[in-house]
Amino acid sequence: MSFMDIYLIVPNAFASGMIWFVLLAVLLYIARDPAHQAITSLSRVIHNSMRLSASAVARSESWMLQRNKDVLLAQGREAAERMIEREFERIDATVRRDLAEYPALHRQLSEEATRLDEDYQSSIEVPPAPPGWIKAVEAVAKIPAKGDPVVSNILEDIHVSLEKASDDAMEQCRKSSRERHQILKGMMPHWRKVSQRLSQVNKNVDSLLLRSKSMDRHMAEYENIVQGTDQAVRTLSSSSITQFFVSAFVLAIAVGGAVINFNLIATPMAEMVGGTSRIMGYSVANIAAMVIILVEIAMGLFLMEALRITRLFPVIGALDDKLRRGILWAAFIFLFSLAGIEAGLAYMRELLMQDAAATRALLRADGVTEVVQNSHLWITTAAQMGMGFILPFVLTFVAIPLESFVHSLRTVLGVLAVTFLRTLMWSLRLQGNLARFSGRLLISVYDLLIFAPLWVEQLMKTSADKRTEKADELTESETVSSLVRDSA
Amino acid sequence: MKNKIYFKLSIVALALLLTACSSGDAPVPDTRGVYLLIDTSGTYTQELEQAKRVINFTLSELNPGDSFAVARVDTGSFSEKDIVTKTTFDSRPSASNEQKRIFQANINTFLKEVKSSSHTDITGGILQAIEYLDETGAGHKTILVFSDLKEELREGYVRAEIPLALSGYSVIALNVTKLRSDNVDPREYLGRLNDWKQRVETGGGRWKVVNNLERLESLLEI
Repeated sequence: MSFMDIYLIVPNAFASGMIWFVLLAVLLYIARDPAHQAITSLSRVIHNSMRLSASAVARSESWMLQRNKDVLLAQGREAAERMIEREFERIDATVRRDLAEYPALHRQLSEEATRLDEDYQSSIEVPPAPPGWIKAVEAVAKIPAKGDPVVSNILEDIHVSLEKASDDAMEQCRKSSRERHQILKGMMPHWRKVSQRLSQVNKNVDSLLLRSKSMDRHMAEYENIVQGTDQAVRTLSSSSITQFFVSAFVLAIAVGGAVINFNLIATPMAEMVGGTSRIMGYSVANIAAMVIILVEIAMGLFLMEALRITRLFPVIGALDDKLRRGILWAAFIFLFSLAGIEAGLAYMRELLMQDAAATRALLRADGVTEVVQNSHLWITTAAQMGMGFILPFVLTFVAIPLESFVHSLRTVLGVLAVTFLRTLMWSLRLQGNLARFSGRLLISVYDLLIFAPLWVEQLMKTSADKRTEKADELTESETVSSLVRDSA
Repeated sequence: MKNKIYFKLSIVALALLLTACSSGDAPVPDTRGVYLLIDTSGTYTQELEQAKRVINFTLSELNPGDSFAVARVDTGSFSEKDIVTKTTFDSRPSASNEQKRIFQANINTFLKEVKSSSHTDITGGILQAIEYLDETGAGHKTILVFSDLKEELREGYVRAEIPLALSGYSVIALNVTKLRSDNVDPREYLGRLNDWKQRVETGGGRWKVVNNLERLESLLEI
């Protein structure tokens, strides 16, 4: 029985359609109240479930936000502690280096001061004492000569003697002054030394002051972080996302280096472990080459940990210095050995390539076995060996961006999770509201389909209302007339 | 409690990882096996210089772990004695290169000393090839037939009714020269090619004809 057989109640399709419409309208009208209730209940159920889900997602979002904040603050606190620790170490080093010499400096300055004092004392000018017989000469000089040649001669001699004594005194005075000037001249280097030492002390004190300012800044940041202020969270979040992109970029460069390294050693690895074996579809030679590179990276991580440059493994950082140094040397020796192995493999690769080229030339040239040797081939061989040796050490530094990447990844994942949860919440709310208003729309559409019975119902209701009103009016008028009668 | 949940999650993750890593079908080996049949009958011996080119090309294309055998097609080719030289290349590249050089030297010696045979038993050669390649366990098997494809069996030799089990094989006819009679009636040549194609495809193999030996690049494409 086809659809048309059921549809055609009468031969005319339009008439059949009208009959079906009337029948359905009547049926829908009869089922109106339960249908309305069903639609309303369904839409309410969907709306409520979506609303509840959205509330749960909102709780998860707030939990995630709090978690992100906690992570950021914890990371920031750790970083700030590290910075403050470093600053303290620097201040300690400065104090040890500069101020530890202070007693020696003080002694030197005291010695210089004593020397300067001595020199000063030595340089005080003492006026030459006048000779003792001057007064006697003055007395003799007062004797009247009266033309006595003897007296005149004596006086002349005295005059000569006096002049000579005066010259001697003058000479002595000059000599003494020259000596004092020499002493004063000798004081100059001491003054300079004192000046230099004092400026050095000034510089050291300035350096300490600068460090203390930097320390104040770090301490302020640390206090902000400990208090968990919004500004600190915003700053840390921005810094973390920047760190993420920068470290991802550096890691991408490192991956490029690792790929080059892999290509250097994958071919010769086939010579060691065979080129045909496979594990899960991957050549064992390739897996072995990859394992060597990964082991090198792991050794690099341990090396950086043991040097306390990174803090990916707190266990290594917490070890006592002797053991830590042991790990450091072990990691370095392994790394050095692997670098040597890689250099050897790079050399082997060159040999294999030459061998393959010679075989290919032999096969393609139909018996012509001579292969032209490039005299500069040693340059590429040396370059390959050099790269094979250096790249493992270069890959060691991957630890630094890796640490930043791991730490910042937590924040970035948290931010992404929050964004996802917000989108989910919005979507759930939208769906809930859509379900709610779709229910209302469905009820309206339902009523639209049975507009004819509803219209009839409306008409009947109106006429019934009118009849009721008339009956009420009649009853009222009768009541009034009976009251009038009673009162009369 | 938390540890238990983590433990269970780890077990589930491990199970998922193992499921993802394993596949339902047995893995097909990545190695190749090539068997070259060289027709040494009648005037076709003049074409053997071309066969040398094909062998050298094939040698240069094969990798460590692959297998290669060269056999002549003569009166009765279903015999190990007709295999001129065969090898499975070592997994080490240097040893593999050395094997290739020895292989080429063997072929050169063979081509210098080869004598023309009176009959051509191509079917027997293909049966021998199937046997050899099955033994190698190669993942991709190719039979190269360097011949005019004109089979001439000695009286009493039964070959026509034997089905060729060539499922998973590629059979490539190389340098199918035209005989004098083909020039008189080209339908003979076309019919010969068509017969071989039907036999190979009926056996489940893939059929291909390469007459232009200047373009051998696609010869061993998997």
